[in-house]
Formats: sequence, structure tokens, C-alpha cells
Amino acid sequence: MTTAIDVTGLVKTFGQTRALNGLNLHVETGEVHGFLGPNGAGKSTTIRVLLGLLRSDSGRAVVLDGDPWTDAVALHKRLAYVPGDVELWPNLTGGEAIDLLGRLRGGLNEARREELIERFALDPSKKGRTYSKGNRQKVAIISALASDVELLILDEPTAGLDPLMETVFQDFIRQAKAEGRTVLLSSHILAQVEKLCDKISIIRQGEVVQSGTLTEMRHLTRTTVEVETAEPASGLEELPGIHDLEAQNGRLRFAVDGEHLDGVVRQLTRFGIRALTSHPPTLEELMLRHYGDELQSNGSGRHAASRGKAGETT
Amino acid sequence: MTTSTAVSRGAEQGTPDRQNTLAGTGMLVRFMLRRDRIRIPVWMAVIVLLTLSVNGSWEETYGTAGELREIAQTLDSPAMIAMAGVNYAGVEATTYGALMGQQMFWSTLIAVGIMSILLLVRHTRAEEEANRAELVRANVVGRHAYLTAALTVVGIANLGIGLLMAVGLGAMGVPTIDWPGSWLYGAGHVVVGMAFAAVAAVTVQITEYSRGAAGMAFGVLGAAYALRAMGDVGENVLNWFSPLGWAQETRVYVEDRWWPLLFVVVAVVLAGVAYHLSTRRDVGSGLRASRAGTPVASRALVTPIGFAMRLHRGLMIGFGVAVALLGLAYGSVLGSAEQLVEDLDAYQDMLEGMAGSAIEAFGATILTIMALIASIYVVLAMQRPRGEETSGRAEPVLSTAASRTRWLGSHVAVAIGGSVVMLLAIAVAFGAAGAASVGEGELFGRLATGALAYVPALWLTIGVAVALLGWLPRAVVLTWVIPVYGIIVIYLGGLFQFPDWLNNLSPFGHVPQMPSDDFRLTPLLILTAVAAVLIALGLYGFRQRDLDVK
Ligand SMILES: Nc1ncnc2c1ncn2[C@@H]1O[C@H](COP(=O)(O)OP(=O)(O)OP(=O)(O)O)[C@@H](O)[C@H]1O
Ligand SMILES: [Mg+2]
Repeated sequence: MTTAIDVTGLVKTFGQTRALNGLNLHVETGEVHGFLGPNGAGKSTTIRVLLGLLRSDSGRAVVLDGDPWTDAVALHKRLAYVPGDVELWPNLTGGEAIDLLGRLRGGLNEARREELIERFALDPSKKGRTYSKGNRQKVAIISALASDVELLILDEPTAGLDPLMETVFQDFIRQAKAEGRTVLLSSHILAQVEKLCDKISIIRQGEVVQSGTLTEMRHLTRTTVEVETAEPASGLEELPGIHDLEAQNGRLRFAVDGEHLDGVVRQLTRFGIRALTSHPPTLEELMLRHYGDELQSNGSGRHAASRGKAGETT
Repeated sequence: MTTSTAVSRGAEQGTPDRQNTLAGTGMLVRFMLRRDRIRIPVWMAVIVLLTLSVNGSWEETYGTAGELREIAQTLDSPAMIAMAGVNYAGVEATTYGALMGQQMFWSTLIAVGIMSILLLVRHTRAEEEANRAELVRANVVGRHAYLTAALTVVGIANLGIGLLMAVGLGAMGVPTIDWPGSWLYGAGHVVVGMAFAAVAAVTVQITEYSRGAAGMAFGVLGAAYALRAMGDVGENVLNWFSPLGWAQETRVYVEDRWWPLLFVVVAVVLAGVAYHLSTRRDVGSGLRASRAGTPVASRALVTPIGFAMRLHRGLMIGFGVAVALLGLAYGSVLGSAEQLVEDLDAYQDMLEGMAGSAIEAFGATILTIMALIASIYVVLAMQRPRGEETSGRAEPVLSTAASRTRWLGSHVAVAIGGSVVMLLAIAVAFGAAGAASVGEGELFGRLATGALAYVPALWLTIGVAVALLGWLPRAVVLTWVIPVYGIIVIYLGGLFQFPDWLNNLSPFGHVPQMPSDDFRLTPLLILTAVAAVLIALGLYGFRQRDLDVK
């Protein structure tokens, strides 16, 4: 497999704020890669470095075998970008904006442009100022998806889209994947990521803290188990990898680390299992663990402070 | 802040009807004043201190009656009358007060006009455009509260300026700058400021874009200035159609006439029109609903240059029409300058034939002024790329195959072309109208060449803006220094005989003053070369820096 995006040790500072702190990111060609993390974690900053809009302080970034800063123009013919907060020109219509961005990129697939406008139910003849938030977002999405490009870089593309449009968006991303395109998708919508993404990277305070397929990540984290046994189970506390054990009228409830699940189930069979439900952590639980850690760690104070400062300047 | 204040205030204020439409006005006024707690005092300080410092320098600079007469004579030219106004005391009987009324009054009147327009638009249409008004009006805020509050705030600023000026001037006790005249001097500023606030109150109802609203109001201000000049130079009634004319016709410190200020009723009527129009539109929209446009882009739009052209089109056309009209206005009074010269005391003892050179000097000064006005276009045009960047609209464009150099270069190219368009408009309009009014066909060529000679100075202004954009993007607004400095130098330079080097600091100081001077190519080539270097430097810098993202 070839690599579409390869980032190692990326650092980007804005004055006092260290937005990226040695970030590593690896996206294979043809995969849909989810990019998750709390507000202010550095997702948009990473994406802007990948687009050559910001220059990194140190570290290496390779996009489609090129350097995003020096080869920007050549690379931009092969990729399309949707920002999280689309601003349109007040006196240009949505259709004009779609064409403008598409043509400047190197061309649009007319048939797909029509299809996208139809499926997303966008009126392309309205002036930019009169579009609602969701419709502004659609303009950028349509322009990006209608371009025949290898790489789609999407920064919270569907913020503000209604649920119906969300499913349309997901259809098109699947189609893009089937066509062999690579997608980097930053998102706060976990269901979307869960449905679309082959791989996920979780970023926190400018660093990628976890990266892999959802299955791998689940394996690395705890599974919740609820079990009812014929005889009262005992000795579970001593087993390795068991957490948050609770007993309630003959039922047991606990969480267990992925690699110790096997041993725990063996132990349980001795007491005669009557009913057993287990569920792997949802992405939400995975995320909350990471986001929650952040709050507990000393980082929270520092982070909030730096974010407050940046908030004033914007 | 709060609804409860609004409710109790509304309840205090009489009839249920007024309560509904004006509820929350007091709260909004306090809120606006708080937002402008730096801006308004800065405006006030600059305008008042400028006036007082000029007033303070009269006795020092023109201590003897002879010196005073001499400067009054110098200023008693068609060019100065067109630019500033009439010395109502006449050269022989001139006083400090009369010079104050001729030389100083007009400039601060225009300044309060500009301030009033900017403040009013900022608190009304700009708020709606940013969707903040919607947020505020969802509270207990009446339909007319916004406009009333904005007019009140502008009124407070103008009253503050008028009062401080009157008290300052009166208290300084400069001979002939007396108390009664000083009160009138201050009142003139209030009337003119409120007149343009009322004009802006109307224009913000018409269009949904704050830039357009301000542009229209500035157009009216420009027309008012041109009408005043046409009336004074042509010795006709046109100046009475201008708020600036009402104030200057008070003949402050000479005759101290208050009655011309009664024309303030026009402002009241305009404000009434504004209130009426505001009831005929929705929050956030203009008088006409925005029409649907084309669903696909034309071939011309989808290139960087075509796109930049589209973004600049409105400004270029609007400004081009404005300078063309100004050129026609000034040109049409060029012939009257001849008559005026004969009337002016200053030229009485001069020989026959001096009238011709007076016309040329007049033409040359007017061309400089119009070139400086054209440089305002350049400054505005060069704020566009910065606006695109900070609003976040440049980001998706620069993520396409349009390189940074092509993107910024397109804006630069449009401004380069636009500056030629402005000067061509001036050349044709002023040249044709001027040659016609003087009745000398060959004057057209010299006036037109004189106008076009300013092209390199405008390009240099573009160069400064691009260099700032590349290296110090936050400082792009400093490009305003060029037109402002240029105007100060040619105007105060005439009054206080500035040393040459002050004039040479302005790019406009190096342009041959045709038709009085002969055409010289060298300075123009140097200006062009400096402009090219600055532009190249700016484009290079823009390639090296982070984009300012939203
Ligand atoms: N131009 C800038 N100047 C100063 N600080 C900035 C700038 N851009 C980003 N930052 C800071 O860098 C950090 C990372 O911001 P970034 O926008 O990349 O976060 P994000 O992960 O995209 O967050 P969100 O989920 O809210 O979009 C934040 O602390 C932000 O305040
Ligand atoms: Mg972001």
C-alpha cells in the first residue's frame, strides 16, 4: 500500500500557544481516515499545514509524495478541501462558488456536480449572503466532491447539516472510497466516523494519542461485561484486568481489559453461566476516556488558558 | 445586560406605542458608547486638537498685519477657493477668524461628516450584516431602537466635538476668534455631522451591505464637497445645495450668520425618511429582496484574475463614476476661475495675461486633489485581499491550484488597472469639461496628460499596500497614511509654507504639476520602479508567511 499522508514530529506554535506538539499521522492511499479530538486539539491546524496554508515550525509532512509548502500548487490539483466554517462571497451565487473553486482546482465533473446539487437539494442560484449555515457547508462539499481528485481533506464538513443530508454525505464518501480516493475526515460526529472510517487517529493537545482501526482500538480498551451465574461467582477481584466490579442481586457487572477477557470468561464458566452480555466500548466511550483523561491531567488548566487567549484574537 | 433595564426604561417612556418601537434604546446607546469608548474619543481628540493647534499658531506664524495680508492674498486663488472656501472678510480686511473660516473649517467639517457616516453604518447595517443585530433585537428592543440609538450616539459625538471646539477656541482668546463666532463654529460641525448621519441613516436602509451603504453616503459627501466648490468658484447658488455650504455660508468670525444652519431641517426630514424606509424592510435585508443569480459560473469568473475582477467590480465602477462626476464638476468651473481671478483682490495689481497662469495653477491643484482622491480608491481596493483573508474566504481558494502569487497578483493587477481607469476618467472628464469651460481646445491634452502623470504615484501606493500585506499584514490599514498625508501636505503646506522635504515624502510630491509645470518623465520612471520593487517584495513576503486563518 502507498501512503497518502505521512506526518512525523510536526510542531506548530502560535506565539505562546503550542498548537501541534510533535504530531504523527499516517494515512494510507484509499482509506477513509477519521481525525478526532476535543476542541482546540489541533485538527484544523494540522489540516492547514497539510494544505500549505500554514508553515510548520519543525517536523516533516508529506502529502501525495509532495511537500505541502513548496509543492502546494501541484498538490492542490490533486486534492480538495472543505473547511469547517464555510464563508461565501456575498455577491456570488452558490453555483458560481462551486464552479469557481472547482475550476481553480483544475476542473469539475459536470455530471457529478448536477447529481450532487440534486441529492443535496441545494438551490445554486441564491446569493452567498442568503444561504443558511448548512447550505453554505453544502456549497463547499459539492465543489469538493465534484472534483476528480485523489485526496479529500474534510474538516468537520457536515457541521450544520441536517440528518437527511448527513446520510447523503455518507453515501458520497462511500462512493469516493469505492472509487479509490483517500479521505481525511475530521469530525465530532462519532456515528459518522464509526460508519465511514477505516482508521482513526485521536489527537489531544497537538499530539496523536492513539491511532488504528476501530477494532484495534477496542481491543486496547475495556469491554463491559454483564453476567448471571448459577452459583455466586467469587475470586474475580483477584484476576488481572478487571475494573469497576459491581454485584447486584446475582448479576455481576464489570469492565475488563481486552487482553484479559479470555481468562475472565474461563473463570466465569466454573460458576455456570446463565446469561452473558458483553459489549465492546462504543467510540463514544473511547473518546470520552481520552477527553476525560485530559480533564484529569494537569493539561486541563494550561489548555483552557491557551485556548482562552486564542479565542480573543479570533 | 439586560432585558430588565430595557423593560423598565420602556415602561417609563410614555405611550404604549413609543414603548414598543423605542424600547431598549437607552440600553443600546450605552452599549454602543461602550463599544466605541476608544473610537469616539479618538475622533473627537484628533478633530478638536487639530483645530486648536492651528488656531494656536496664527499669531506666531502671521504676527504682523503685513504677513497676514500676504498669506490671505496667496490663499485667495481659485484653487484654494475650490479646495477650501471663500475668505469672506476679503484680503484687505482679513483676520485670523476669517482665515479660520476659509482654511480650517472645511476640513474638520468633512472630518465630522466622515466620522458620522462611519459610526452610523457601523452601528446599524454592519451589525445587521454580521447577524449581531438579530441577536439583540430578539430581546426587548423596539423596531426603531437601533436607528434611534445610533443617531443618538453619533449626535453625542458631534455635540462633544462642537462643544469642545467652541469652548477651546473661545477660551484661547486669539484676536477676532471670539466667543460668539466660536459657538457658531462648533454648531456648524454639529449640523454638518448630523446631516451626514441622516444621509447614512437612509443609505443603510437601501442596501444590505454595509460597504455599499457607506459608499453611497460618501458619494453624497463627495457631491456635497463638489457642489460647495462649484458654488464658490462659479459664484452661484450651487453651494447652498451642500451641507458644507450651509456651514461655510455662516461666514463665521466675519458676519456670524446663524440662519444658514436652519437648513438642518433637511437632515431631520432625511432621518424621517430613514425611519419610514426601515419599516418597509426586514432585519438584515435591503429595500429590495435579493434576486436569484446564475446557477453556473461564467467562463470569465473562474480564473484568478476574473474572480478578482468580480470582487472589485462594484468599487471600481462606483468610484470611477464618482471621480468622473467630480472631474466634470471641477472642470466646469475652470472657466469661471478666469472671472474669479478678475474679482479677487489678490490679482488686482497683476498684469493682464496672468489670468492664464492662474487657471493653470488652479488646474494643477485640482488635479493633485483628484489624484489623491483616486488614491483612496487604491487604498480601498488593496484592503480587499486582506478582507478576503481575515474573513476566511481566501482559505478555500488558496487550497486550490491558484497559487498565492496568482491570487494576490490578481488583486494587484486589478488595482493597477483600476488606478489607470480612475485617472482616465478624471483625465477625460476634467480635461473635456475644463477645456470647454475655458474655451481652449488645446487645454484638454495638457489637463489629460497632467491627470495620467499620477499613474505611477498610484502604483506606488499599491506597492506600499502589497509590501505591508506580505510582511506586516495587520498594518495594511496604514496605507491610508498616503492619501491623508498627501492631502495634509498640499493643503497645510500652502498655509504654513512647509519645507520641501515634507512634500517630497509623499509620492504625489514628485509628480510634475501639469499644466503649470512641464511634463518630466524621470520622476515618473523612478516612481514606477519603486512601485515594482515594492510589489515584488510584497508578493515574495506573502508566499513566505502563514495565511491568517479565521
Ligand atoms: N491563527 C491562530 N493564532 C493563534 N492560535 C491559534 C491559531 N489557530 C489555532 N490556534 C490555537 O491552536 C490550537 C489548535 O486549534 P485548532 O483550530 O487546530 O483546533 P481543532 O482541533 O480544529 O478544534 P475544533 O474541534 O474546535 O475545530 C487552539 O488552542 C487554537 O486556539
Ligand atoms: Mg477545527
